Amino acid sequence: MAEETATAAVLVRKEPDREVLEEAFQVKVDAETRIEPKDWMPDAYRKNLIRQMSQHAHSEVVGMLPEGNWLTRAPSLKRKAILMAKIQDEGGHGLYLYSAAETLGITRDQMYDQLLDGSAKYSSIFNYPTLNWADIGAIGWLVDGAAITNQIALCRCSYGPYARAMVKICKEESFHQRQGYDIMMVMAEGTAEQRRMAQDALNRWWWPALMMFGPHDAESAHTSQSMKWKIKRSSNDELRQKFIDATVPQAEYLGLTIPDDQLAWNAAEGKYDWGEIDWDEFRNVVNGNGLCNRERLETRRKAHEGGQWVREAALAYAEKRQQRAASAPEKKEI
Amino acid sequence: MMNRPETDPHFEYLLRLGDSSLILGQRLAEWCGKAPILEEELALMNIGLDLIGQARLLLSHAGQVEGRGRDEDRLAFFRDVQEWRNLLLVEQENGDFAKTMARQFLFDTFQGLQYRELAASADSTLAEIAVKSLKEAEYHQRHSRNWMLRMGDGTEESHTRLQKALDELWGYVPELFEMDEVDQAMIAAGIGIDTNALRAEWDSRVREVLSEATLTVPDVGWAVSGSRKGQHTEHLGYLLAEMQFLPRAYPDARW
Repeated sequence: MAEETATAAVLVRKEPDREVLEEAFQVKVDAETRIEPKDWMPDAYRKNLIRQMSQHAHSEVVGMLPEGNWLTRAPSLKRKAILMAKIQDEGGHGLYLYSAAETLGITRDQMYDQLLDGSAKYSSIFNYPTLNWADIGAIGWLVDGAAITNQIALCRCSYGPYARAMVKICKEESFHQRQGYDIMMVMAEGTAEQRRMAQDALNRWWWPALMMFGPHDAESAHTSQSMKWKIKRSSNDELRQKFIDATVPQAEYLGLTIPDDQLAWNAAEGKYDWGEIDWDEFRNVVNGNGLCNRERLETRRKAHEGGQWVREAALAYAEKRQQRAASAPEKKEI
Repeated sequence: MMNRPETDPHFEYLLRLGDSSLILGQRLAEWCGKAPILEEELALMNIGLDLIGQARLLLSHAGQVEGRGRDEDRLAFFRDVQEWRNLLLVEQENGDFAKTMARQFLFDTFQGLQYRELAASADSTLAEIAVKSLKEAEYHQRHSRNWMLRMGDGTEESHTRLQKALDELWGYVPELFEMDEVDQAMIAAGIGIDTNALRAEWDSRVREVLSEATLTVPDVGWAVSGSRKGQHTEHLGYLLAEMQFLPRAYPDARW
């Protein structure tokens, strides 16, 4: 007892104060040394990462729904198989990101409850409806394209588990993006009706895709701290511009028109100028008032509540098995 | 082409195999976004994807054997209810997770045995498809068998639900082992197999799992069949309406 108290006293005396720790942390970040789960980190860094990583995971899980909406109606068996594989990948990305976020000391169940009770967000893009088959192409091309632009930057994130998750995920995402573009290509080269669907999809998904990069840098609550901690490596506006510059020529190749009459090549600056995002719409969707916000969450809630008895059965069975194994230790379970 | 018999048994035989895989794959696709846990959502998509992959191979092969220029999509999207040859079991609605898994377990066990035998088919393409698909079917069997145990021997509620599901589906089981003149012709040609001869093994495998899962083998006293002649339950029409909508609405399009 006396010994323990003595050790505790030594520990207290040895613990450096907060400022020193934070300074050492920043030195490490600036030196591009990856932060790992057991390393000391500021509470705000931990919280910020939990917020961002869980939102990211939720986006994968909710993002299965708009595409899943066309799974039973995919127009060829090949497209159906590709879409099914893609949705499966997204579920896997969700699992991977939940695991990565769990290294920060939160459980997947806690995170999932936050999604279902509306206290955690997911990407605003998934509150838009998929109304024709070309939407599936547009999602792959534009939405996954925007996601990749973001995620490639995150591959250099200061938090090791997140950065590694991004490396793994980006490989699959770029494959999805090519497949999405392929759907658009076939539609754009197809019948007049298919062409109309392709243009319609681009019209509806273009601006929401740009909104995926978040508010302008000046309006972004988390940007400056996230940049300092190297959670974010590029700002929202930088990434958005990069995406536009890469995507406009792809639309031109398809012979489709981007729904922005202010879009123009700026030769002096070597980039595209473009019109302003409808930020009222963005805020509206983020705050739960997009076309599909309610349905998306309701679908996930229903699945979770409706599956309660299945999870209980699995738990009960696992317990019974454990008890049986304990009472008959010599019998090997298969 | 003019004097062809109305049904080429070889084509017909492949269609039956392909249709069952496709319709069950379609049913599993309906689970997207609705599964009780994320892991299970992945598993159902995974199995559905395997089944659709099998269907693509089987229907493509069927189209080639038929020799009338119908590819997998022509066969999948431009046939109406009475031209479909899938087992009645696989067109049954998903219901709750217990019903989906009971349907899967009954079918997986059958399909595993079927592919094992078909791996020796004189139709070398079919044999290759069977070898590939058998690996998948073994994975599917492990998955559905485990869920039979978890739900059967889980809670009172899960046990009750699963028993009810089995009782509801049991009447579609005898059709799995039915044989007609197409089967006979294919056995004679060394292409097809005698599913009736698989009944005993299927029974013992299923009974073993049901017993371990504390479930009762249903004694329902009814059985229906008819899919071989294109006589289906009312569920198939809705499934096809949804699945075929786009190619039917835009028949000139390539996707």
